[in-house]
Amino acid sequence: MVRILAQGEGGLVVELGDAIDDAVNARVHTLAAAVRDRLSAEVDEVVPSYRSLLILHDPVGAPRAGLVRKVKELAASLGEAPVAGFSRVVRLPVCYGGALGPDLEEVARLTGRSVEAVVGLHAAPVYRIHLLGFTPGFPYLGGLDPALTVPRLEVPRSRIPPGSVAIGGGQTGVYPIESPGGWRLVGRTPLKLFDPLRPHPFLLAAGDGLRFVPISPAAFEAAAERVAAGEDGLEVEP
Amino acid sequence: MIVLVKAGLLASVQDLGRPGFRDSGMPLAGAMDRTALRAANLLVGNDPGAAAVELTLMGGSWRFEADLLAAVAGADMATTLDGAPVAPWSSFQARAGSTLLFKMARSGARAYLALRGGVDVPLVMGSRSTYARAGVGGLQGRLLMNGDRLPVGRADGPGPAPLAVLPAEVPPCGGGATLRVLLGPQDDRFTAEGIATFLSSGYRVTPQNDRMGYRLEGPPIALRGAPDIITDPLLPGAIQVPGSGQPIIMGADAQTTGGYAKIAAVIGPDLRLLGQARAGELLHFRRTTQAAAVQAVREERAGLAALAARIASAGAGRKG
Repeated sequence: MVRILAQGEGGLVVELGDAIDDAVNARVHTLAAAVRDRLSAEVDEVVPSYRSLLILHDPVGAPRAGLVRKVKELAASLGEAPVAGFSRVVRLPVCYGGALGPDLEEVARLTGRSVEAVVGLHAAPVYRIHLLGFTPGFPYLGGLDPALTVPRLEVPRSRIPPGSVAIGGGQTGVYPIESPGGWRLVGRTPLKLFDPLRPHPFLLAAGDGLRFVPISPAAFEAAAERVAAGEDGLEVEP
Repeated sequence: MIVLVKAGLLASVQDLGRPGFRDSGMPLAGAMDRTALRAANLLVGNDPGAAAVELTLMGGSWRFEADLLAAVAGADMATTLDGAPVAPWSSFQARAGSTLLFKMARSGARAYLALRGGVDVPLVMGSRSTYARAGVGGLQGRLLMNGDRLPVGRADGPGPAPLAVLPAEVPPCGGGATLRVLLGPQDDRFTAEGIATFLSSGYRVTPQNDRMGYRLEGPPIALRGAPDIITDPLLPGAIQVPGSGQPIIMGADAQTTGGYAKIAAVIGPDLRLLGQARAGELLHFRRTTQAAAVQAVREERAGLAALAARIASAGAGRKG
């Protein structure tokens, strides 16, 4: 199912489904890559999201009708993308619990499990980064074990430190910049998901797979020093 | 250098924003009235997308530390240079020690102060625009404060001769406006009555308005069902309608994704009218077509090209 809609005179929305679904999202990223690759002369920017992509174009230089036709042809030529298709799988080190994950014990209590079991369940999957949004570099992740579903905080925190890894509702994520939020903080990564002064400001990309790798407080400190010295610290799985 | 002696309400460094990172969740930012920014830059002989100062409602007082060609455009803030009135949408030669004073805007919300050579803060991710929520761009990633000194870039030669845009050519600023919109992408989430209400009613700008978005209030817009959609991309100009039925128009700092149904989007050339709207004013929406929107884009570009040509011809023969 391909639906083409407008968002203003220079925005074309291509919907590939109507659910949050790994297969739909994999097709979104496959089409996004194809549009960037094949229609770069007419397209300024491509913004993938859960089940749709937004294509930005100059409505004068790249008229709507011709672009719609080409996008439809491209979508038809791609067929079904494999569900497991990640662009790459990245490893994000996380120090769980303690001062860096102040809500970990509460999450263990709420889920009726040990702290170790919660960390094990959280660090097990390869999460799908469906899209980045909310704040610069914030990954919307799919794949949280339903056993880790916990209610959001009744009173959201007004300031969550950058790098915080959190669980809320049936979702999990990492806060790239200091922001308010109501999810429960289970750990922190020493890596900077967003650094505007780096040549590549964002560590993660929509379409990536993401695995959390538990590390010790000592390893957190060591990695934080390397990051402060300018390393991005991201590992990509072979 | 130019010094902000006494800040007005909100001021920040803005250019045309930071495109290219929307897929990573980075808002565009940039001037809320892009036409006024471009005009102010053209008046001082800059690239139309050079960085300038965006002033909101009240511009405060500034002191020049060097002789400099400067220009104002956008909202009329009863500007004076050493006590002498400065015409809205005009350029003027300031001297070292000159004081430029902006009062409350008579109409409109945002004025732009362009300086020959541009505001020379560092380029961050390809832009000098301030996105204060993430501390990116502008002067140290933040709004401007008393005592801030803004560096000015080098320019070749003195620039065009001082010039005022003719009153008949000054685009409207404030006082209520009708914004042309293209319906969608989620207009199917609204009832026919809801869309008719949206297109036929006046919506008042509430005090909850900023660079991220403007909350409006008026007759509630009826949805067919729940207002929530699967979070999807959001552009400046998009009109979201939450369950209250009260629309929110997204501004230049709009987050890149949103979860409310979008009934329509303001066309690009009319988005500046949002940037010039202030609390209490009534906004109306008129449905337009893709062809008419494209024509409006062409007219906007032609208008700026004509202004550039007039500045070039007026400045011919000016020597340093």
